[in-house]
Amino acid sequence: MTAVAPLTAKEWASDQEVRWCPGCGDYAILKAMLKTLADIGNRPENTVFVSGIGCAARFPYYVASYGFHTIHGRAPAVATGVKLANPELDVWVISGDGDALSIGGNHLLHLLRRNVDVQFLLFNNEIYGLTKGQYSPTSRRGTRSPSTPMGSLENPVSAGAFALGAGARFVARSVDTQQVHLSGVLTRAHRHRGTSFVEIFQNCVVFNDGVFDDFTEKSIAPERQLLVENGKPLLFGKDRSMGIRLNTRELRLEVVKLGENGVTEQDILVHDETNRALASMLVALEPPDFPVALGVIYCDPITTYDQDVYAQLESAGAWKSEPDLNQLFRQERTWTVE
Amino acid sequence: MTHTPSAPAGTRPPREARDAVVIRFAGDSGDGMQVTGTQFTVETALAGNDLSTFPDFPAEIRAPTGTTFGVSAFQIHFGSTDVTTAGDELDVLIAMNPAALKMNVRDLRVGGLVIVDTAAFIDRNFVKAGITSNPLDDGSLAPYQVLKLDITRLTMDAVKPFDLSNKEAMRCRNMWALGLMLWMYGRDRDATTQWMRKKFAKHEPIAQANEAALNAGHAYGETAEMQDIVPGYTVARASVEPGTYKTVNGTEALAWGLITGARKAGIRKVFLGAYPITPASALLHTLANLKKFGVITFQAEDEIAAICAAIGASYAGALGITSSSGPGIALKTEALGLAVATELPLIVVNNQRAGPSTGMPTKTEQSDLFQAVYGRNADSPLAVISTATPGDCFETAIEAVRIATRYMTPVMLLTDGYLANAAEPWVLPDLDEIAPFPVEYRTDPEGFHPFLRDPETLARPWALPGTPGLVHRIGGIERSYDSGHISYDPENHEKMTKTRAAKIAGIATDIPEQEVALGEDSGKLAIVGWGSTHGAIHQAVRRAREAGADVSHIHIRYLSPFPRNLGALLRRYDRVLVPEMNNGQLVHMLRDTFLIPAEPLTKVTGKPFKISEIEHAIQACLEGI
Repeated sequence: MTAVAPLTAKEWASDQEVRWCPGCGDYAILKAMLKTLADIGNRPENTVFVSGIGCAARFPYYVASYGFHTIHGRAPAVATGVKLANPELDVWVISGDGDALSIGGNHLLHLLRRNVDVQFLLFNNEIYGLTKGQYSPTSRRGTRSPSTPMGSLENPVSAGAFALGAGARFVARSVDTQQVHLSGVLTRAHRHRGTSFVEIFQNCVVFNDGVFDDFTEKSIAPERQLLVENGKPLLFGKDRSMGIRLNTRELRLEVVKLGENGVTEQDILVHDETNRALASMLVALEPPDFPVALGVIYCDPITTYDQDVYAQLESAGAWKSEPDLNQLFRQERTWTVE
Repeated sequence: MTHTPSAPAGTRPPREARDAVVIRFAGDSGDGMQVTGTQFTVETALAGNDLSTFPDFPAEIRAPTGTTFGVSAFQIHFGSTDVTTAGDELDVLIAMNPAALKMNVRDLRVGGLVIVDTAAFIDRNFVKAGITSNPLDDGSLAPYQVLKLDITRLTMDAVKPFDLSNKEAMRCRNMWALGLMLWMYGRDRDATTQWMRKKFAKHEPIAQANEAALNAGHAYGETAEMQDIVPGYTVARASVEPGTYKTVNGTEALAWGLITGARKAGIRKVFLGAYPITPASALLHTLANLKKFGVITFQAEDEIAAICAAIGASYAGALGITSSSGPGIALKTEALGLAVATELPLIVVNNQRAGPSTGMPTKTEQSDLFQAVYGRNADSPLAVISTATPGDCFETAIEAVRIATRYMTPVMLLTDGYLANAAEPWVLPDLDEIAPFPVEYRTDPEGFHPFLRDPETLARPWALPGTPGLVHRIGGIERSYDSGHISYDPENHEKMTKTRAAKIAGIATDIPEQEVALGEDSGKLAIVGWGSTHGAIHQAVRRAREAGADVSHIHIRYLSPFPRNLGALLRRYDRVLVPEMNNGQLVHMLRDTFLIPAEPLTKVTGKPFKISEIEHAIQACLEGI
């Protein structure tokens, strides 16, 4: 067998004209994805993108792989069927905050707890874009939108906390425009066996422009982003002089400054991506008091649903030989009329 | 008149012959009535009778003992001629307690036999059954023959040697009753004995006690002085087609048909996505036990996920199946539209039940025909076929697979709660005689696009992820007829809409012409049915024809599209009567499609048609001509 040359990022782009609003964060995510696919050397025929409905859900049309643009909220269910029918396929689910956490919340919950081996990317822009700007389940309380002219009254769901609560074994976060970081997170998500849940903060330039500026705006990003890495201390800030310490008396995280009040690096928590309790605390950090945790926050693989399903099928003798249907029909009491 | 036989007697009169008999075993859900009925069925099948059975479970899982809503019953109709329904009226009712008597005696024919366990007819049980007087004394059973037996004591005596607990001993009562009934109709006990020895292999005293109870019941009939009321009967063997038989219910036959269909199509993996719902769950349970046949069952988080996973599985090359009942099918509607739009093969089994909404989940109905044919947004046609008998579920399932894969379309397979549970003898098919219909997954990249259609069937290619050179995108957004890419072009949408409709309509050229099930292909009256009414219509038409009536039975399997000759056929009758267990659905479709004055005969009680109800309707129709 001759080795097939891996595709370049450019070759991973489909021939379809991309139709997102100029300046949409989705362009950046697409770019990072195409690069990642090239970097990891996937084969297009073995790659499937499955999406629901929304701006993000157009994504599969723009990747030169197999793609299935399904219905609102149901991509996790379709993807589960795809993966169970052919576990050899590399399946990516593309979703948005309304798709994943409102109409499709139930399916996401069960995808995560089953731990089907797919990558689930949540493009979170905290707004309904395709339907022209209504508040979404991740919108902050008070969001003014066409359906909430006096401000929304609902408390937003935290995607990361939801995923951990549902039993996700891989939870990561990144930002649309931070290409290197995003590509790194996508690579890790791909490598992980089981459902890899990735929340990508994505700017909607038309309906919710700048909603993440409080931690993504270049000038303040270093102070507001905690880029976690397994085995490394949770430090942040321009000169990495800030850190996260566990206040054991109150069982909460706190921000400390190295060198102040006798704080040394020894006091700073070291990131352990297999620590679910730490992950739960990290996903809850929010500006302005805390930086936003980005990177692989939790990764602790266990056996996957598709593996287990096939293990059962194998032990039942599926596909070993052609089992005899005649025998099945005759296994209980029969009688013969001459 | 009531009888209380006492002493064993000497000579007994000869057994009387009967053509057909309907028996119902009824008791508390803990009394083992389903087992009793099933074993009676096995012995009856082995005795060579034709038969049909129907279990009637309580809706409650663990209803309080002795209450009317805890009554469980099993009915068997058997005879020496063809038997196609579970029977209109009971000849014999075995009532193990007052609640069972109360709930079932109304179905006993006048002059029929009711057998009761007198030990259960005590004040405490009358209260539980909500009755104020003892029906054994108050004259309410005057229209029937009543056989009062202290089955409890007789059973206790029989099982005494085995040192069982009182509770264990009581649980042998059903075997005593079974033994008596096997005697009454001259049936063997061997199969039951073997079955009990196997079932209780690890509890030998229980096996022995049950066997003793069975034998005691049988011996009681053999020796008791009750020839004036029960002489014992014979029911001659039915003349049936030669072959190897077994009893199947609709659920088993359907499951096996789906697997057989997949094999005939050359599809390695069968994928069922399902969410638990009464009465459809049985198919999930059955298929979950058939993993070695390459069956993947997925109990989804909801009905929508169930169908969506099946669609995903079909997209990836498996035979995607989803199964539910009316309310669940309603939830699947949007996803059905996706399967129509993306033109993927999909089998949707609707095990219909009484509705709307929750309705009566354990009761049967045929009221989802409109839902199946019309119940989606936009112009989204799909194929709809229905099953007529338990055994027919096998063939219909194979046919559903054939249509779904050949035409790349969802197929709605309508069955119902009656068929799912009803059982009948089924001649085991010769699998080699079923023609294969291999699917061709597309592999050739040359000239490929995902909506390039077969000129004959208009089906698009089945191009699986994993195939080099065929990467493509599909979805719910309208696609270009010429390239498969997304398209909002107005003319293209019209063309695609017409093409989808033509594809489904074209199936009519690929299915058999409508045949007349019984009778001539023209005349005064056609009784046109679909689904599980087959048995009742068949018998009613047979009886009416024997009495000289000009009436025919037409039973429609293919409901969308209809067989190509159906309109012409129906026009050859003066009148067309359409019996349905709904408020009139097929009748509307026939009127609408063929502009014929078809007339409804509706029944919406949650119970199947009786033969007599259709017979009366035939008479009324013919008198009116």
